[in-house]
Amino acid sequence: MTESKCVGCTGSYTRDEKWDQLDEVMAKHKALEGALIMILHRAQLIFGYLPEDVQRYVAKSLNIPLADVYGVTTFYSSFSLTPRGKHRIAVCMGTACYVRGAGDLLTAFEKALGVKVGQTTTDGLFTLEASRCIGACGLAPVLTVGEDVYGNIMSAERVPDILRKYRAEKQQSEKVGLC
Amino acid sequence: MQYIRSHVLICAGTGCTSSGCKSVEQAMRAEIERLGLTKEVKIVQTGCFGFCKIGPIVMIYPEGSFYCYVKPEDAADLAQQHLLKGRLVERLLYRDVQNPKPTAFFTDIGFYKKQYRVALANCGAIDAENIEEYIGVDGYQALARVVSSMTPAEVIHTVKASGLRGRGGGGFSTGLKWEFAAKALGAVKYVVCNADEGDPGAFMDRSILEGDPHSVIEAMAIAGYAIGARQGYVYVRAEYPIAVHRLSIAIEQARKLGILGQGVFGSTFGFDISIRLGAGAFVCGEETALLASIEGKRGMPKPRPPYPAIKGLWDKPTLINNVETFANIPQIILRGPEWFASMGTENSKGTKVFALAGNINNTGLVEVPMGTTLREIVYDIGGGIPDNRAFKACQTGGPSGGCLPAALLDTPVDYDSLTAVGSMMGSGGLIVMDENTCMVDVARFFLEFTQDESCGKCVPCREGTKRMLEILEDITKGHGTAADIDLLEELSVTIKGASLCGLGQTAPNPVLASLRFFRDEFNAHIQDKKCPAGVCQELLTFSIIPEKCKGCTLCKKVCPVNAIAGAVKTVHTIDTAKCIKCGACIPKCPFKAIVR
Repeated sequence: MTESKCVGCTGSYTRDEKWDQLDEVMAKHKALEGALIMILHRAQLIFGYLPEDVQRYVAKSLNIPLADVYGVTTFYSSFSLTPRGKHRIAVCMGTACYVRGAGDLLTAFEKALGVKVGQTTTDGLFTLEASRCIGACGLAPVLTVGEDVYGNIMSAERVPDILRKYRAEKQQSEKVGLC
Repeated sequence: MQYIRSHVLICAGTGCTSSGCKSVEQAMRAEIERLGLTKEVKIVQTGCFGFCKIGPIVMIYPEGSFYCYVKPEDAADLAQQHLLKGRLVERLLYRDVQNPKPTAFFTDIGFYKKQYRVALANCGAIDAENIEEYIGVDGYQALARVVSSMTPAEVIHTVKASGLRGRGGGGFSTGLKWEFAAKALGAVKYVVCNADEGDPGAFMDRSILEGDPHSVIEAMAIAGYAIGARQGYVYVRAEYPIAVHRLSIAIEQARKLGILGQGVFGSTFGFDISIRLGAGAFVCGEETALLASIEGKRGMPKPRPPYPAIKGLWDKPTLINNVETFANIPQIILRGPEWFASMGTENSKGTKVFALAGNINNTGLVEVPMGTTLREIVYDIGGGIPDNRAFKACQTGGPSGGCLPAALLDTPVDYDSLTAVGSMMGSGGLIVMDENTCMVDVARFFLEFTQDESCGKCVPCREGTKRMLEILEDITKGHGTAADIDLLEELSVTIKGASLCGLGQTAPNPVLASLRFFRDEFNAHIQDKKCPAGVCQELLTFSIIPEKCKGCTLCKKVCPVNAIAGAVKTVHTIDTAKCIKCGACIPKCPFKAIVR
């Protein structure tokens, strides 16, 4: 395989490195009973999403039909079949957050980013998501940007500040973490 | 031996981590080092204290002084004043909403006074990442006693006698479940811990895994011994990274000490645990769907019987219990079933953890004896509603429960009382709603959730919830008709009766409960085309109260569609035909002259 930058990722790994990583994951978990979901979690960490060729490769390695893999990737909301932005903004839409105004917060992000929930900005920087309860109800309304948690966002006026922080570090690339 | 005179406990639960406890811990460490106190003061990173709203929380023992909203810049004061000179840092002490006098000790705080902690006993008291601290509070003694001096039948008898019922929502007798799994035939059996806490607004399982993971490991091993299983699985949400991390550390530590693995405590009984991550599907909280997910398949439920206790994971007998249920087990073994059964009501023994959230002053995790009333939880522990707004409803049971009105605040919380009034215990989410919450919109919110999470296997659930959602959306948009309420009730009966699993069987509950207690609000939306709470956008009309308007033009400037007219220092008006109801003008008005 030729050395080429993978589209839709942070650019920290070349395409070959990613497949090598996936091979390592397969070697480690293949024999485990019911390993498919664990493998897909790790594959998504490596590639940023689950493109068709990755799903085909996983199916072939586990010796199961591609339909089984596709069935799982489309059933669970954690898995994405399309590339996602560098920063995933997830506004918690659990009940506690909802009654404290998470709906308005989500609308404010839609306006500020010019995208609808589930979409990615054209510059590939942000994907806006409405997430299920993240269990930080004491800080409602809560949102996460990647690993960062923002709590008690009682006013939509804080939205531009939050976005500015990530736009500023746009140029910095970060390594993909693997567990 | 090193003599530690003070312990500084810093909460590192999800709430406090989000509030910045990590930098507080670093600042405290640096300060203690600077003052040369490292040999006499120990910093401990603990699990959740429960009072998430006022984090980051720092507690200093042996005094039990409770500091809240601590920032890194407060470290110097805490170290110099409290640790060096023995003076309380008053400005960081907790102040009650009603009573502005600072409270020095956590036992005097209203939030903690009425609580009795069993499942949460160690959360916030020990370092969750250090097995020795768990052992220091009698951890793993119950397991040692079980494998060395009790027969499996005795263990099951003890759990049965305690009266413990499943804390995940079902409320089935835990002892009976263990007995069924123990009696099932098969050489290979499994113990599964359900940590797929999907109920929006419930976060006790997360806190237990973050603050006291060893108690769950210990209980799973006890269950393994009782039913004859050698392997356990914890199925935990991928959305809980800290919980997964601490649980992995705990399992590794237990293996190193010979508590997990071949020959637990040197006995012939062997037990080990693996973690399986969920992938974002609410239906996986249903036990048969959860098992399918552990097997790496789509999480779709199967008809029962056969129950998992007979034919579960990989068709082997499987015992499934929830995190909070497991967390009670070690103490039941150590302190005896009579002690546990002495708490609670006749049919609901022990304590229950509730996640108190929404429009309430003290949000956080509370653990109370069963039978405590909703009023005690909302007002005595929760401190009431912020800004003197009126209480409207409290929601228990998540998407399977219902909203209860003020008239039912004296309902005791136990499995049967909550079911009797049309809600349910569920996993223990308790969301308080004030007068600004629209009950029709909340019903729509829950249906949107269940409709989205329906796995699609049975038609009544898949299609029925969709139709119910459409009707509710119509009502909130002002297109409701008088026949809609009958239709909602008819659909509810069908969905509840004809769905395979708990998701469908309970999905209509939020709508039915709201129709029962808040029918007036539905009627206002349908007949008068008004949303009394002022939430449903399409039903709002914005207007300016002429007596209050000073003509400052601020609202006019912010209106994106030029719907507001009026010259400087004259009363403004809103053209309702142009108005897009964005609400941008309301916060801009300094005289509160704009109403909806």
